[in-house]
Amino acid sequence: MRREPSKSENSTESDAGAATSVDRRSALRYLGFGVLGAVPLVASAPLMDSLVHDIIKGSTSDTLATDASPATTRSGRIRQWTMIIDLRSCDGCQSQGTPPQCATACIEGHLVPQPMEWIEVYEADLAGGGTQFIPTPCQQCENPPCVKVCPVGATFPTPEGTILIDQERCIGCRICMAACPYDRRFFNWGTPPAPPEAALADYNPDHQTPASRGTVMKCDFCPDMVRDGTLPMCVQGCPNDAIWYGDLEEDIATNGRAIVKATRLISENSGYRLKEHLGTQPRVYYLPGHGENIGRDPDDEGRMPTEWPWIERAEGAVTWTR
Amino acid sequence: MDTLTNWRERLITRTTRPTLVTTYRYWLWLGFLVVIVGNGVFQYTRQLREGLYVTDMRDRISWGLYITAFVFFIGISHAGTLISAILRASKVSWRAPVTRIAEFITAVALIVGASFVLIDMGRPERIFNVYLHGRWQSPIMWDVMAITTYLAASIIYLYAPMIPDLGLYRDRLKNKVGPVRNFVYRTLALDWNGSPKQFKLLGKAIGIMMLIIIPIAVSVHTVVSWIFSMTLRVGWNTSIFGVLFVAGAIFSGVATLILVMAVLRKIYHWEEYLTQKHFLYLGYLLAAFGAFMVYVNINEYLTEGFKLEEAGEFAFRQLFIEDFAVMFWFYAIGGLLGPVVLMLIPKTRTIAGVVTAAILVDIAMFLERYFIVVTGLRVPLMPYEPANYAPTFVEWSIFIAGIAFFCLLITIAIKIFPMLAVWEMTEEHEYNCAREHPTEPLPTEFEKVAVAMPEKTLPDDESTTQGSAS
Repeated sequence: MRREPSKSENSTESDAGAATSVDRRSALRYLGFGVLGAVPLVASAPLMDSLVHDIIKGSTSDTLATDASPATTRSGRIRQWTMIIDLRSCDGCQSQGTPPQCATACIEGHLVPQPMEWIEVYEADLAGGGTQFIPTPCQQCENPPCVKVCPVGATFPTPEGTILIDQERCIGCRICMAACPYDRRFFNWGTPPAPPEAALADYNPDHQTPASRGTVMKCDFCPDMVRDGTLPMCVQGCPNDAIWYGDLEEDIATNGRAIVKATRLISENSGYRLKEHLGTQPRVYYLPGHGENIGRDPDDEGRMPTEWPWIERAEGAVTWTR
Repeated sequence: MDTLTNWRERLITRTTRPTLVTTYRYWLWLGFLVVIVGNGVFQYTRQLREGLYVTDMRDRISWGLYITAFVFFIGISHAGTLISAILRASKVSWRAPVTRIAEFITAVALIVGASFVLIDMGRPERIFNVYLHGRWQSPIMWDVMAITTYLAASIIYLYAPMIPDLGLYRDRLKNKVGPVRNFVYRTLALDWNGSPKQFKLLGKAIGIMMLIIIPIAVSVHTVVSWIFSMTLRVGWNTSIFGVLFVAGAIFSGVATLILVMAVLRKIYHWEEYLTQKHFLYLGYLLAAFGAFMVYVNINEYLTEGFKLEEAGEFAFRQLFIEDFAVMFWFYAIGGLLGPVVLMLIPKTRTIAGVVTAAILVDIAMFLERYFIVVTGLRVPLMPYEPANYAPTFVEWSIFIAGIAFFCLLITIAIKIFPMLAVWEMTEEHEYNCAREHPTEPLPTEFEKVAVAMPEKTLPDDESTTQGSAS
């Protein structure tokens, strides 16, 4: 498995990086204003590694920095969250006769504004005819195109290897949406529809509620929940245990029923990542399939449309289509 | 034969005419523009109230007419740089009457273009986050830096060569305009007295700005193209985008310059100064850039289309034969080949022909910006039905208000500032006269200085100037 050898090295680097590189980075940033970025480029030329590091990393969120410390293993290493989605066990909830339950659970748990689907079940054509269902959350790229382009560091990588958005900083320029090759970013075009209880939430990039107009949102990998030992909404919602969530640092993954070695699960089942050729290095892996484990025939096409169960409680809400 | 002084006096009368004479048609035109801009402002307040929901942009086609307008106007702003700086640098002899208009277009188009970025933002009130939390790694930051630098540089580059003419206005129009304009001229003319020392310093300043502004202008539209080509989208993900955008920018900039020149010439009877020659030379420039654009487009579409990677088929289908085919082929045939053909046929090598070419080019370049933005976003990234986009009334209103605002700023500027570069044109005229009559000595440094001297000293100069020219 590609990641394994670099894992321990990776975590210490991001550990130390978080503490020491802030000054240098902000210094570079201010220099950049004066001279069209020429000075920082020249200054970091001998340190190509650190330059690449700088391009990928955004600023960290003010909000997040104050109240969250990353989840760690028992020996203190920072968790590296991953998701492994077993397409053999996904039938788009055809057998349940419901909309995809991962999306529904996500929408209910996060109060995701209609029509966003932070995890969206796409139906893709198979090479030999018929279709497969592909639940698609944010791919949490390690080389994230969205983070690179953000002008204000409103979308940023966390030490846990996930990408979050600080909606209190986002200026709504939407270049991240143009940059994301997976169509995984959503914009609050109008005042986001929300049930009354959303107003009670304390805003935090970890859960993005309450949503605010004119800002971008996406799947956040439920970092606050997993930090407290609860599995993400989609994992809990899946009736067929097709979604595994885990930590590449400790090499462990669970679908809520079994606990396995994450890398073995991926390798033994020929796991792959979406659009691998783009070099985005997603943290979401797929095990190829079309729902065969739960008896789905590739020719059974179609799934129930996604619903926003709380929408009737959102008074006077304005929704839009994607 | 016309004496230099008479020629110059006539030029001054013609140039100051818009400043001194205001017809009812001017007020009608101004009112018309204000109404259109007003409607745009009103529609924008609706957008502020309800969010970008009032546009037809959605998650899958998340940029539309506003970003098109941004790219289009920033493109037009390249008129001033090319005409003014490049022609100045290469000492082209016919440039003087067109430079000032070109430089005004640059400054005005930049202001309009930059406002569309703000209009497109979901949270315009957070614009200062760009300064508080800016990341120099982001293409948007490069844009902010490049465009603000370019705006500052082009305002200086507009202003510096205007100082002698502002001095002229200050002295000549003292009793003819109100206190506000008098104050403007007094302040902006910076104690200009036309001494050789001042001319030398001014020449130096213009020379430096001219050399600085060319790379800045090239960088601006390159960086604008990078907003698109720094992404992984089919159709955008190409290294030729910088060239395509800069060439297209100059192309549409020259076209807009031709149009503005044609309108001003007609209204203020500047036929003597903006001659057929100026239009034809600019027309040839248009044709040359048209040919270059054809070349760049072939480079882009052949290399992509030959291989037809991934979603390439969808991208080409929508552009060449489906949804955007009419736009694309109008652009390619009307906008790129059109000016080349019009300039090749002797019969259309007229002012009307050049203006027709310019109209074609401006429409085509707007369409090009539009289909680049929209088709790039429309290619599905995942297995979903391609989205569609049709700008709403609000978007059209604001876009048209942008065009009206562009016209409005020029309309107001013409009431205050000299739209023809009097001193440079006189210099050019003197030089040309001397060249036509080689027995006469070339104008001396002293006569060049005399050109910008205040009115009261003129009688003395008259004899000397007359002596050398007649």
